[in-house]
Amino acid sequence: MTAKQLANKIKRKFKGIISDIHEFRGELTLEVSDSSQISEVCRYAKEELGFDYLVDLCTIDNDDDTPRWTAVYHIYGYGHLQHLRLKTSVSEEDSEFPTVTTVWRTANWHEREAYDMMGIRFTGHPDLRRILMWEGYPYYPLRKDFPLEGKPSEMPDVAFTDPIPLEGGPFVTLAGGEDAAAREPRVRKTE
Amino acid sequence: MKATEIGYNSKIEGNVVHTRLDSAVSWFRKNSLWPMPMGLACCGIELMAVGASRFDISRFGSEVMRFSPRQSDVMIVAGTVTYKMALAVRRIYEQMPEPKWVIAMGACASSGGMYRSYATLQGVDRILPVDVYISGCPPRPEAVLEALMKLQNKISKEPHIADKKPARDRGLILS
Repeated sequence: MTAKQLANKIKRKFKGIISDIHEFRGELTLEVSDSSQISEVCRYAKEELGFDYLVDLCTIDNDDDTPRWTAVYHIYGYGHLQHLRLKTSVSEEDSEFPTVTTVWRTANWHEREAYDMMGIRFTGHPDLRRILMWEGYPYYPLRKDFPLEGKPSEMPDVAFTDPIPLEGGPFVTLAGGEDAAAREPRVRKTE
Repeated sequence: MKATEIGYNSKIEGNVVHTRLDSAVSWFRKNSLWPMPMGLACCGIELMAVGASRFDISRFGSEVMRFSPRQSDVMIVAGTVTYKMALAVRRIYEQMPEPKWVIAMGACASSGGMYRSYATLQGVDRILPVDVYISGCPPRPEAVLEALMKLQNKISKEPHIADKKPARDRGLILS
């Protein structure tokens, strides 16, 4: 079965909450308008359609656009060797997705990372703790409103952070620069 | 036996060396620097190469990598020190007995390297007194040996007997 046929099956099963299929360079994406249904969509994709592998689960901060958070699920099936991408969004007020750890256990650490870096919660997650930063670190560093140089923080006997010296940076490489010297990372102001 | 006989007494000639206690102690110390391999990133792999046959750190008396800080003399901080790891590195340093030295191996340990990031300590010298810095990303094993020789050179010039105060009182540890 092709990815398009599988995507259409999902569309028929969850009428009304699944967008049209976006196709870009041979990759298919479905948007799920009701984020509270994402775990049900995922369960159907795994159990009925053979998407037995959650390749990646990542989240996007849409900054000033609404809704603020988007979760992206890259799924794959070892039986049919087809890829599919599912997207769903939630507002900043909610900041919550239902967990898919009950579908793919590998989602456990992915969701913990999203929680750690973005501050998005996953309801029903069995162990929603920070995974990279330490418990008690007060910020969510991959949010768009978090400064590149970081913020000071202090947890006695655990860890501390200091803002880093950017020296006028960030330093950006110039892709396609004429030679290695021109491509060197330098302070480059964007227009 | 009179003291002046030592150099001329054929029975013991060649077995006696005149020196100062300070130089003798520094000679003992610098030729038996047991490293605490603080391998935190890719530099740790180069550090392993330094210990292996091709580069062979044992030529400098430092082959005894100790994974217990209580038995080590020089901490080689090899790799990126994250803020999450920083206080653990400092605790391990504090567990090392005096006298002790620190080598910051590579760009990350020296300055944070390419990680101008909220998560990375910008140089281990912010929490430890570093004796020798090694440039490189990662440094060649020869550079680590060079650093070790530089440290040996430094130790041979340090006063050992006169200055018995621990590093903390010499202002070497930033509290």
